Amino acid sequence: MFTKKRQFLTGILLGVLALPLVGCGAQNSNIPVGQEKIEPVTLTGAGSTFVYPLLNQQIEAYRKNNPSIVVNYQGNGSGTGIKQVSEQTIDFGATEVPMSDEQLKAAKGGTVLQIPLTLGAVAVTYNIPDAPKELKLEPEVLADIFLGTITDWNDQRIATDNPGVTLPDLKIAVAHRSDGSGTTYILSDYLSRISPVWFSKVGKGTSVNWPVGIGGKGNASISGTIQQTPGSIGYVELAYAVQNKLPVATLQNKEGKWVAPSLQGASAAAVASKISTDMRVSIVNAPGVDTYPISGFTWALLYQDQRDKAKGSALVKFLNWSIHEGQTMSEGLLYAKLPPDLVIREEAMLKTITSEGQPLLK
Amino acid sequence: MEESENMSNKKKLTASLGDKTFRLLTLLMAMSVLALMVWIGWQMVDSARPSIAKFGFTFVIGRVWDPVKEQFGALPFIYGTLVTSFLALIIAAPVGLGVAIFLNEMATSKVRSVIGFLVEMLAAIPSVVYGLWGIFILAPWLRETVEPGLAKWFGFIPLFQGTPLGFSMLAGGLILAVMILPTIASISREVMAAVPNEQREAALALGATKWEMIRIAVLPYAKSGILGGVMLGLGRALGETMAVTMVIGNRPDILSSLFAPAYSIAAVIANEFTEATSDLYLSALVEIGLILFGITLILNVFARLLVWSVERGPKGGISS
Amino acid sequence: MNDRLRRYRNEMMMGIFTVATLLALIPLFGVLGYVVTNGLSALNLEFFMNLPKGMGTPGGGMANSIVGTLIMVLIASLIGIPVGILTAIYLTEYDSASWFSMGVRFATDVLTGIPSIIVGIVIYSSVVLKMGHFSALAGGLSLSIIMIPLMIRSTEEMLKLVPHSIREAGYALGISKGTTIIKIVLPTAAKGIMTGAMLAVARVSGETAPLLFTALGNQYWARSLNEPIAALPVQIYQYATSPYKAWQQQAWAGSLVLISLVVLLNLIARCAFRSRSN
Repeated sequence: MFTKKRQFLTGILLGVLALPLVGCGAQNSNIPVGQEKIEPVTLTGAGSTFVYPLLNQQIEAYRKNNPSIVVNYQGNGSGTGIKQVSEQTIDFGATEVPMSDEQLKAAKGGTVLQIPLTLGAVAVTYNIPDAPKELKLEPEVLADIFLGTITDWNDQRIATDNPGVTLPDLKIAVAHRSDGSGTTYILSDYLSRISPVWFSKVGKGTSVNWPVGIGGKGNASISGTIQQTPGSIGYVELAYAVQNKLPVATLQNKEGKWVAPSLQGASAAAVASKISTDMRVSIVNAPGVDTYPISGFTWALLYQDQRDKAKGSALVKFLNWSIHEGQTMSEGLLYAKLPPDLVIREEAMLKTITSEGQPLLK
Repeated sequence: MEESENMSNKKKLTASLGDKTFRLLTLLMAMSVLALMVWIGWQMVDSARPSIAKFGFTFVIGRVWDPVKEQFGALPFIYGTLVTSFLALIIAAPVGLGVAIFLNEMATSKVRSVIGFLVEMLAAIPSVVYGLWGIFILAPWLRETVEPGLAKWFGFIPLFQGTPLGFSMLAGGLILAVMILPTIASISREVMAAVPNEQREAALALGATKWEMIRIAVLPYAKSGILGGVMLGLGRALGETMAVTMVIGNRPDILSSLFAPAYSIAAVIANEFTEATSDLYLSALVEIGLILFGITLILNVFARLLVWSVERGPKGGISS
Repeated sequence: MNDRLRRYRNEMMMGIFTVATLLALIPLFGVLGYVVTNGLSALNLEFFMNLPKGMGTPGGGMANSIVGTLIMVLIASLIGIPVGILTAIYLTEYDSASWFSMGVRFATDVLTGIPSIIVGIVIYSSVVLKMGHFSALAGGLSLSIIMIPLMIRSTEEMLKLVPHSIREAGYALGISKGTTIIKIVLPTAAKGIMTGAMLAVARVSGETAPLLFTALGNQYWARSLNEPIAALPVQIYQYATSPYKAWQQQAWAGSLVLISLVVLLNLIARCAFRSRSN
């Protein structure tokens, strides 16, 4: 009696399941019609959450002309990208934190190449009631706010940089990312560069031991927390600040110039920085008058020697497209373009990738 | 006792063969559950090894969590987990029980099926949705209304002191309470529904009011089942990740005020595991999971003892 | 006097229970209202028919995620529900007091408290790493581990409630123990077990954390259970945390669909049971 009921239920469940499956079968068969029959290649990638929207759109666009290549990219953290590439459970990774020498050595599939995919800027955002149009924070002040040494908005040191602006007598509430993130990495990298105290007390990492403040998971939590908390200050990637119309602070770059976060500022930082042959570089607090000081790269991670020739060749072709044509999509989604000089070097790097001893990109 | 004497021999044999197979099957499943726990436990111990070797017992009592300098202490997370889970239990257990009693003993069958269904829907809401709701609705409400109110009336108690931020242990506890409520309510309800109606009728016939009837004829019969439901709820509260991390403030501190931000074990694992790359860091995150494993273990021993003592205590019923 | 006090107390308690119920419904309507107002506008037919599209491309949907979630929940149920029910039968019907069954109960309770992400990590290191890739199977498997203890716990409580007289009636009729359990005890407790199963299904269908390292997620259709597969909660999380309003809205629509899906399964199960028991 009971088992019959169970069978009946399972039947219904299967029925519900079958409906969309039938639908999907029909959709799938639509795609290859009229195209030459090539064995489809599925590539799996994972890593940086920051680059997910851009890669996603690039993949969509790329697929229009290359229907036989399916790229599945999931943004679940730079650390995941590094780990999974190293374990060879995915075909490529993406990260905002360059792989360390140890990590490179531990990678199971040989030499890992790190290819810059795009650039981003981290914006400092705040919520001050009756906010001034522009809030200027010089490097030491910013560090001291995040260190908890400056505790009130009407602190003399903030006022000095903002003449003519009256800031309220309000406690500063620091909001930071609680989940490990490349955004935290870039900010803490910057703070370590400009503040010796931060460098020795906190350091840089995707998660750090924050001296003060409350943590929110993900951009949504951070911007939510800031919107909901008067007197708060935090940081998000520029795209998030712009899309959600958050106020952003003007910072001082290495040359002492006040700059608001911008894509051009991030690109300028990349141009001004000396990038080593393995592409690992930190571009925070870069020289140059136009640079925005809190910027960073996102790298694609892939093995120099590809196990599977078909997959490897598809991957290299896609990445080559991504750093060339794919860059036209960057600014629409608020990512900075790669500097042209760098793209040339990256292409040369892609050409060194081989499978069974043969280069995959000519 | 198991089989009737006058059965034909042949029938008896097949029945007992089927019986044995079925019994064996259930035994096998039970063993697999035990094996599953041991296996998961062992897997965790295995991957936690570097951290256990490096920190030893100081891991449990350490208060610093510094991924950059690779110094790890779990105490603030243990504290936050326990406080939020108990808070959730204190709120959800009576409310859930109240809902169960209302549905079973007071509501008409139509009301019962509609509201019962609605309450179960609470279980269907994904935790990330609870989390987002917590950020935009719950936390501001706590900061502007509830926390100042509590501070005004009960401010002399350390629990209700400090700056109201909204993102706090209170928020974490409340959101957990909402999430475990359907478990407690649904199971209590089923358990109470199973109390034979004769018991109720007997109590009422003796002139008991409805409440007295519930108290003497329903609750005692259902109490071990209700406790079971509560324990399931507690398990969920201890291990819940996404919703808690979005409202708790994620600050590894030990502060007495419920208004203060804190951190929970499940939250720190989910927050940092995807980004952790060094072996020590990863193993520390697994070890803190192992501690949660241990906490669940200890709490369950207590709960079992409680159930045991309750069951041995006076059985309810009309005679008492 | 005493009588009035008793009646007064009765009224008070009834009032308290009613208030408790209303209290429980506030967050439900709060959360549901929030999801509906945010999600309804992004919900259309395309949402159910299409794959996710890149930012700014209209007409993207979550068809693959819906199917992916259903598939993995089905895998989890096919493992979790039978294992849970059978274990609970062993614990209540065959061996309720030995050290072994105490140990199993204990294991069950401990398993309910394991954070779901830990389950994901364990399956990752034992299944994904061994197989060398992420897969729907690994995802379903980790969900089933979350389901098993929930099923055991609720089923056990429900079986305990079946009056002993019913079992004895079975034996008196000359029916063997196994048959009594299957034909008499289980159907008596079926409604309660069903409630437990639905709670368990509801719980796992909203899980994100254990899927991150097992199913991974997929923008496209998975062609087999051996490939990374999309899941609604994963997609919702990814979209909800993105900077773009359009995606955030899709995330809300996804939440609405996920809730409706669970509710739908729940209703189907209930209807099936009602029509059967009549």
